[in-house]
Amino acid sequence: MTTLSVQPDLAPPPPAATVKVLRPRRGFERLDTTQLWRYRELLSFLAWRDIKVRYKQTLLGATWAIIQPLLTMVVLSLFFGRVIDLTDRTGKVPYPIFLYAGLLPWTFFSSAVTAATNSLVNNAHMLRKIYFPRLLVPVASIGVPLIDYLMASSVLLALMAWYRLAPTPAFLLIPALFGLTFIAALGIGVGMAALTVSYRDSRYLVPFFIQLGFFITPVIYPVTILSEKWRWVLWLNPVGGTITAFRDAVLGTPIDYSAVAVSGAMSVALLVVGLIYFARAQRRFADVV
Amino acid sequence: MSDPIIRVEGLGKRYRIGGRNGIDRSLPEAVMQTAADWARRLTGRRAADAAPHQSDFWALRDVSFDIQPGEVVGIIGQNGAGKSTLLKILSEITDPTEGTATIRGRIGSLLEVGTGFHPELSGRENIYLNGAILGMSSAEVARKFNDIVAFSEIGAFLDTPVKRYSSGMYTRLAFAVAAHFEPEVLIIDEVLAVGDAAFQKKCLGKMGDVARAGRTVLFVSHNLGAINRLCHRCVYLKEGRAVMVGPSPLVVRRYLEDTAKGLGGRTVDDQDNSDVQFTHAAITDAVGRTTSQIDFSDDGFLTIDYRVRRRLDDLHVTFRLYNDAGVAVLFASDTEYTFGRNVGVTEPGDYRATIRLPGHLLFPGRYRLDLIGELHRVRICGSAANCLNFEIVSTGELNPEEGGWGIIYPKLDWETRQVTGLEAKRIAA
Repeated sequence: MTTLSVQPDLAPPPPAATVKVLRPRRGFERLDTTQLWRYRELLSFLAWRDIKVRYKQTLLGATWAIIQPLLTMVVLSLFFGRVIDLTDRTGKVPYPIFLYAGLLPWTFFSSAVTAATNSLVNNAHMLRKIYFPRLLVPVASIGVPLIDYLMASSVLLALMAWYRLAPTPAFLLIPALFGLTFIAALGIGVGMAALTVSYRDSRYLVPFFIQLGFFITPVIYPVTILSEKWRWVLWLNPVGGTITAFRDAVLGTPIDYSAVAVSGAMSVALLVVGLIYFARAQRRFADVV
Repeated sequence: MSDPIIRVEGLGKRYRIGGRNGIDRSLPEAVMQTAADWARRLTGRRAADAAPHQSDFWALRDVSFDIQPGEVVGIIGQNGAGKSTLLKILSEITDPTEGTATIRGRIGSLLEVGTGFHPELSGRENIYLNGAILGMSSAEVARKFNDIVAFSEIGAFLDTPVKRYSSGMYTRLAFAVAAHFEPEVLIIDEVLAVGDAAFQKKCLGKMGDVARAGRTVLFVSHNLGAINRLCHRCVYLKEGRAVMVGPSPLVVRRYLEDTAKGLGGRTVDDQDNSDVQFTHAAITDAVGRTTSQIDFSDDGFLTIDYRVRRRLDDLHVTFRLYNDAGVAVLFASDTEYTFGRNVGVTEPGDYRATIRLPGHLLFPGRYRLDLIGELHRVRICGSAANCLNFEIVSTGELNPEEGGWGIIYPKLDWETRQVTGLEAKRIAA
C-alpha cells in the first residue's frame, strides 16, 4: 500500500525541556510545583465552574450564601442566648455578634473540608480520562466556600454597624487568621480527598467529625467556660485557637497569641501531612477511583 | 532518522483484582493489612517477597516500540488486549508497573470527547472549560473559538445550557473542541464512533487533515479501514503483549488471520436428545478454512451438521442470523416455505448442509446464528440458539461504525441509462 512510504515533513525536534519519562513511582516524592503553575488557568476554571453552577436554577441565587449563616445565627442565638443563657459568659459583647464572628470562619472551614473531601470522587470521570495535576481538584473545590465566606462577611459588617462595634487595629489580623483557617481546611481536605478515592468511609466519617468539631471548637461558647488548666486542649484543634483569635480580632478583645501559634502549627503540620499523603496516593487515583 | 518522539521500553501494567491491595477492601481491612506488612518488614520478611497473588492481572506486559516525529500509528487488538491501558499510561493518567515510556514533546490525549463538560453550563462556557481541561490556554481557545463553533454546527444554541442539547449536538460540540486541540503528540481512543453518518465523515476528514499535517498521532480503533487509511504503522496488542509492530497493511492482515484462528467451528450441545440434533456449525472461507471472520467482499460458507433420530415428515431446517443490535437480519430455509405443500420425508441419519453466504450482502459487523429444525406449523423438532458467532469485516472504505446505512448491503443488478426525447416526456408526464 502506498501509505507505507509516506513520511511527512518532520516537525522541528521539540526542545529538550519537554522530555518526560514515565516510569513506576515508589515511595515519597515532591509535588511537581512547576506543573501546578502551568495549569493555574485550569485551577481557576474548575473553581469558576463550581461557583457558576452552584446557584443555577435557584430563585434566590447567591443570596443563599447570606441567608444560610444568618438563619443559623438567629436560631443558635435564640437557643444559646435565651434558652441556655451564655450571655454572661461573653462579657459585654452581645451574643449574636459573638456567635456570628465564630460561625463565619467555622462555616468556611467545615464546608471547605466537606467539599474537598468529596471533590476527587465527584470528578472521578475526569481522573479516569485525562491528565492534569490532581491537586487542582481539591484546591479548586474550596472556591465555592471561599466565595460564600466573602459574601457572608458582609453580614458581619452589618452586625457590627447594628451593634455599633468599631473595628480595632486587630481587625487587620483577620486576613492572616483566615489564612490559617484556610491552611487547616486545605490540609485536612486534601488528605481526606485522597483517602476517599480508596475508601469511601471518609464520606461518612468527615460529616460526623465536622458535627463533633462544631462543639469542640469554641464557636458557640467562649473559651472561658473551660478552666485555664484544660484550655490547651482546645488549641490542639487546628482551628480552635485560630477561630477564637478571629473572633477576638473582630470584637477587639485580647488575642491569645500562644493559642494561635499552637493551632497554626497544627494546621501547617496537617497541610504537610495531607500533601505528602496526596502525592503518594495520587498515582493510584485513576485505577481505584 | 531523528530521535523517537515516543520510546516505549518494556512497559507493563498490573492490576490486582480484589483481595490483597485490592480496590474493594474496607478501611479496617486496609489498616490491618498495612500493620501486617509492617510487622513482616520488621521481622525481616519483605512483603514484596510474598508469592505473587493469584488475582494479579497484567493488562500490559513487556511492550516496546518507538514512534518517530510525524508518524501516525494505529493500535489494534481485541477488547481487553490492553489498548486503553497503553493509552492511559502514555497520557500520564496512570503509572506503569514496570518499564518506561519516554516522550519528547507536549502530549495531549482524547480518550473520550467532552470530558469535564458540565450540563448546567452553556455551550460557550463549556468550550472554554473543556479546552482548559484538555490543556489549551484560554487565549488559544479564544483564537479558535469561531472555528470551533462553526465546526460544531450548534449556531444559535451557543448560550443554551448543554443539558438542553440533543445528544447529537452535544457530541458535535464536544468533538469540535477536541478537533481543534493541537498538541505535538495526539493520542486518540475511538472518538470517531460518535455522531451521525454525516458528522462522522467530517470527523474522519478532520482526522485525515491532522494525520497529513505532520503531527504525531497515536490512534486506537476497531475500524480497520480507517487504520489502514490513516496510519503508517500499527502496533498489534494481544493479551497485553505487542505481538507485531510494523506497516499497517501487514499488521492488519496478521490481526485478521490471528482472530480467525482457533475460533470458527463450534460443536453444539451434545446432551440434546431431540428428534433433530444440531451437532456442529462452522463458517469457512472460500478455500475451506474454518474462520470467524470473512471479508465483506468474499463469499463465506456456513456448514451445519445435524442428526435426525427418527423418520420425520415435512422437516424444514432453517437458520436466522442476528446482528449486534439483535435484529434478525436474515432467515433462510433448506426448503421452500409454502403452506400446504409437504416437502417429503427425511430418513434418520447424519446430515451436513453447506450454505453459501455471498459476499457483498451482509453489512460488516458481528453476527450470531440460531438453528431450528421444525415440522412446519406443527412443532419444533430441535434447535440451537446462539450457536455460532462470526464477523463480516471490511478492510476497505466501508466503515461499519458509521451506522445509518441499513441492515444489508447487497450488490444489486443496477442499470442506468440516460433518457431522451419522447421517452423523457412520457416519464415526466
